[in-house]
Amino acid sequence: MRVVSRGFQGRARQPGGGLIPPGQYLVDDFPVLTAGPTPFTSLDEWDFSVVDETGAVVARWTWDEFRQLPAETPTVDIHCVTKWSKLGTRWEGVSVDTLLDGVETSAEYVLAFADGDYTTNLPLADVQDGKAWIVYGFDGDELEPEHGGPARLLVPHLYFWKSAKWVRGLRLLDEDLPGFWESAGYHNYGDPWREQRYWGD
Amino acid sequence: MRWLVATIAETFVETARTTTLRLDVPSWPGHRAGQHVDVRLTAEDGYQAQRSYSIASRPGADRLELTVVRIDDGEVSPYLTTDAEVGDQFEVRGPIGGWFVWDGDDGTPVLLVGGGSGVVPLVAMMRHHARVDSVAPMRLLYSARSADDVIFRDELPTLAAGAHREVTLTLTRETSPAWSGRRGHVNAELLAELGWPPSVRAHCFVCGPTPFVEAVSGALVDLGHEAARVKTERFGPTGE
Repeated sequence: MRVVSRGFQGRARQPGGGLIPPGQYLVDDFPVLTAGPTPFTSLDEWDFSVVDETGAVVARWTWDEFRQLPAETPTVDIHCVTKWSKLGTRWEGVSVDTLLDGVETSAEYVLAFADGDYTTNLPLADVQDGKAWIVYGFDGDELEPEHGGPARLLVPHLYFWKSAKWVRGLRLLDEDLPGFWESAGYHNYGDPWREQRYWGD
Repeated sequence: MRWLVATIAETFVETARTTTLRLDVPSWPGHRAGQHVDVRLTAEDGYQAQRSYSIASRPGADRLELTVVRIDDGEVSPYLTTDAEVGDQFEVRGPIGGWFVWDGDDGTPVLLVGGGSGVVPLVAMMRHHARVDSVAPMRLLYSARSADDVIFRDELPTLAAGAHREVTLTLTRETSPAWSGRRGHVNAELLAELGWPPSVRAHCFVCGPTPFVEAVSGALVDLGHEAARVKTERFGPTGE
């Protein structure tokens, strides 16, 4: 049964294009969503680690070393589970492929960990082959702290909570381990095109 | 999580921009104080729009209540606050969110800091506190623009009159000399005066527009509160 809300017109129908996943609406600004206070880690103390499934740190970069890595400038559409989508966002950072280059692993999952005790889990394949970056630049500027600076994960094909702000590393895992929001009612995978917002979607 | 049909049973105008909708939602599964709900409107031609709103009613209340502020160039909030009438229907899905919640199952002191309509989920917590006669000391610090913008104006004194509950209002842009209460933004000084000392390890909940949440949560951490005990919820400039 379709429930029509009497008198609801809605906005002008957005021209097709198929760029907006179901249930989303376009914004021009950049809303902020986080579970707690914005952490501030000085760049002297910042590092980024890759931890393998045995718990060993198999790669680590200081901020200066990280900024020496080859950079890419992806332009992507992003979709937040709270319903907003933003098209054509421009980022600068390092491909996760670059960070995992040379890492021997049979892991199938990854847990991104961040300052503020935030974590988010993904299948490893979802951060490989050009699908994910660790970004430190947004729209030609440094990434602001409220948007996840100094660096955040960017996984644009999944809902944006997967793109962990203030990210500090990737932990490779044999078994999937639900992260912060994934343990608090949000979908384990989070594909916006299948509207996987919450548990059971 | 299924979409459920919500029928407007009652509307209550809180302020010029804010309306509370009391909804009949058969088979609503119940919620925890602080959770939110997704709302879906459908037009005659099948076009749909979704937004998220905090739940204002306490857990176990007869009706699900949403308190919605009209965003003038918004798509959903003008309909909910202005056009919708008793008997009209839309769909809801929820409850959502397992982090920004207060269940009242311990006696730890609680600090609630709300800016504008960010007070809505905090009032749900206060209503829950009143309902369960919690002995957890709970303080609400609510920042609104002017006296006319204060949501739940009539209920706040009642909530504050109960044991273990305090409410402090501060107005940021009130010009009338008739207002004898506090004025100005919530800052570290006010939080130090009216909040809890960090040593009591209070649960802190902060909800409001992003600049408000950034300022308040940052000030709480600077005052010595553990970041892990400061839970935030925010709505951006486009947040309907």
